[in-house]
Amino acid sequence: MNTVRHPKLNTALGLVIIAVLLFPIYWMVNASLQPGGATVDTAWLPLNPDLAGYRTALEEQGGNLVTSLMVAVGSVALSLAVAVPAAYALVQFRIRWADYLLFGVLISQMIPGIVIANALYNVYAEIGLLNSIPGLILADSTAGIPFAILICRALMGSLPPALVEAAHVDGAGPVRAFLSVVVPVSRNAIITAGLFTFLFTWGDFLFALTLTTTEEVRPVTLGIYNYLGAYVNDWSSVMATAVLASLPAVVLLAVAQKYVAAGATGGAVK
Amino acid sequence: MSITSVHEATTAPTAPGQRGEGHAAPRVSARASAWRHRLVTALFIGPAVLYMLLFFGYPVVQNVIMGFQHYTITTFFTGEAPWAGWSNYTEVLTSPLFRTAAANTVIFTVGSILGQFLCGLGLALFFRRRFPLSGALRSLILLPWLIPLIVASAVWKWLLDTDAGALNRVLIGSGLVESGIPWLSSTGLALFTVIMVNIWIGIPFNAVILHGGLQTIPQELYEAGSIDGTSRWQAFRHITWPMLRPVVSVVLVLGVVYTLKVLDIILGLTEGGPANATQTLATQAYQLSFATFDFGQGAAVSNILILISLLFAAVYLRLNRRPVDE
Repeated sequence: MNTVRHPKLNTALGLVIIAVLLFPIYWMVNASLQPGGATVDTAWLPLNPDLAGYRTALEEQGGNLVTSLMVAVGSVALSLAVAVPAAYALVQFRIRWADYLLFGVLISQMIPGIVIANALYNVYAEIGLLNSIPGLILADSTAGIPFAILICRALMGSLPPALVEAAHVDGAGPVRAFLSVVVPVSRNAIITAGLFTFLFTWGDFLFALTLTTTEEVRPVTLGIYNYLGAYVNDWSSVMATAVLASLPAVVLLAVAQKYVAAGATGGAVK
Repeated sequence: MSITSVHEATTAPTAPGQRGEGHAAPRVSARASAWRHRLVTALFIGPAVLYMLLFFGYPVVQNVIMGFQHYTITTFFTGEAPWAGWSNYTEVLTSPLFRTAAANTVIFTVGSILGQFLCGLGLALFFRRRFPLSGALRSLILLPWLIPLIVASAVWKWLLDTDAGALNRVLIGSGLVESGIPWLSSTGLALFTVIMVNIWIGIPFNAVILHGGLQTIPQELYEAGSIDGTSRWQAFRHITWPMLRPVVSVVLVLGVVYTLKVLDIILGLTEGGPANATQTLATQAYQLSFATFDFGQGAAVSNILILISLLFAAVYLRLNRRPVDE
């Protein structure tokens, strides 16, 4: 079933499928390189690439890109710091209510973000976390923390107990055993969790939309949305911003492919 | 486990679980070690529990409460949210917009899931074949799923533009249509268009998960089948589909749960318009809370959304357990 009679024909068919599926991505890059201003009839090929769109994008959205980056990095740090030890404790310490906690983590992924935004907006307004990077980091980690717990738990459950016991025999306490033995061998799961947390947070729109009200702290996703809200007369800079906002995904796919597949399957099927 | 504890009991007169402290007074150190164990557990798992309670537990409870309150813009100034009983729910449920949003949610969810699943399954089956570049092409499929949703909305909004969008230019250029089709600005078409875009976004996820499921089907089954002279369709019908069923159920249920809460794509493409043609329960909840600042009614719609999600979550957890028994 796996070996095919006409491998070249299949490759050709595969290329056509990918070309159709990825045409929107091509169009985004193409449109971003067109001379700005005129919206009529974008050329099919960027024969005279023009970087004006990128210049405008960086001028208008550069600060927002930095905000997105800070929020994403912060959320990765927070999510891993909270989730990795918890995942380890869930599988290695015998905790009576571990199953309930795990159940809570699974259910939490089903809760619509708007529910969280509704409640957080009011609390944030009271304690002054609206329009702040820490506020966004905390809210955005609602995607990263449960996901990281699930991914890391799946891997740590399969670690041989002898590994940790050996560290204990060497005189290491639970914290040191965790840091010097468990974390290094769980590297792959932790990297997967970290990369996806970054993507979740970088692409977050709902919390950016609801928990920021001014231009001071504005993630790039909201910057794009605000472009779309008004009549767009310069698509090249909108598409240039879109390309810049897609860079993390492209980089990830290029350099960390195996983690991407692991994250896609690990998060869903247990 | 019992073997180790017997072993420990016979070799050393200490309580189990504190090997390094053999000479301390047994009873005191047993209690101390229990305390230490509790402290370490709290250190490892405490932050996660606290976070889950604050950022999932509290919002759910708060939404349930807000659903029974007149929680509006004045609440921010007066700090008072008078009790409203069921009035938020009756008001929301009897408004004609709710019926539109509910119907749209069903159409949007069913249409998206069906399209994503069928395309994803087709791609998964296709990429199971081994041919030059199959691995590289398969990983490229993931790109639409990895870019931010709002980016996808922006790109599609430009592609589908009535006057200058690439799709209409192709259609007009090839003589298929006379003038540009108003994909996103026609009340009759907008929901269909939004579903198509959402299918595009969901195909990669479905393809990857189903491809993973296909990899677990033992090759021998097909070899045995080919000796018996089964056709391709028969092999799919009698080997692939039954073996893939557990993965299929998980993909479908997760798909429903994710699609129910989709907000980015609809807000980016149409804002729920034109004339509420693409309004769903999620966008309605958002607009009630954050456009009209009626958090009470917004919470009421959100709670209905939670209820539907939890219903599917229950299905998911049951399905998740079943493959273990089989």
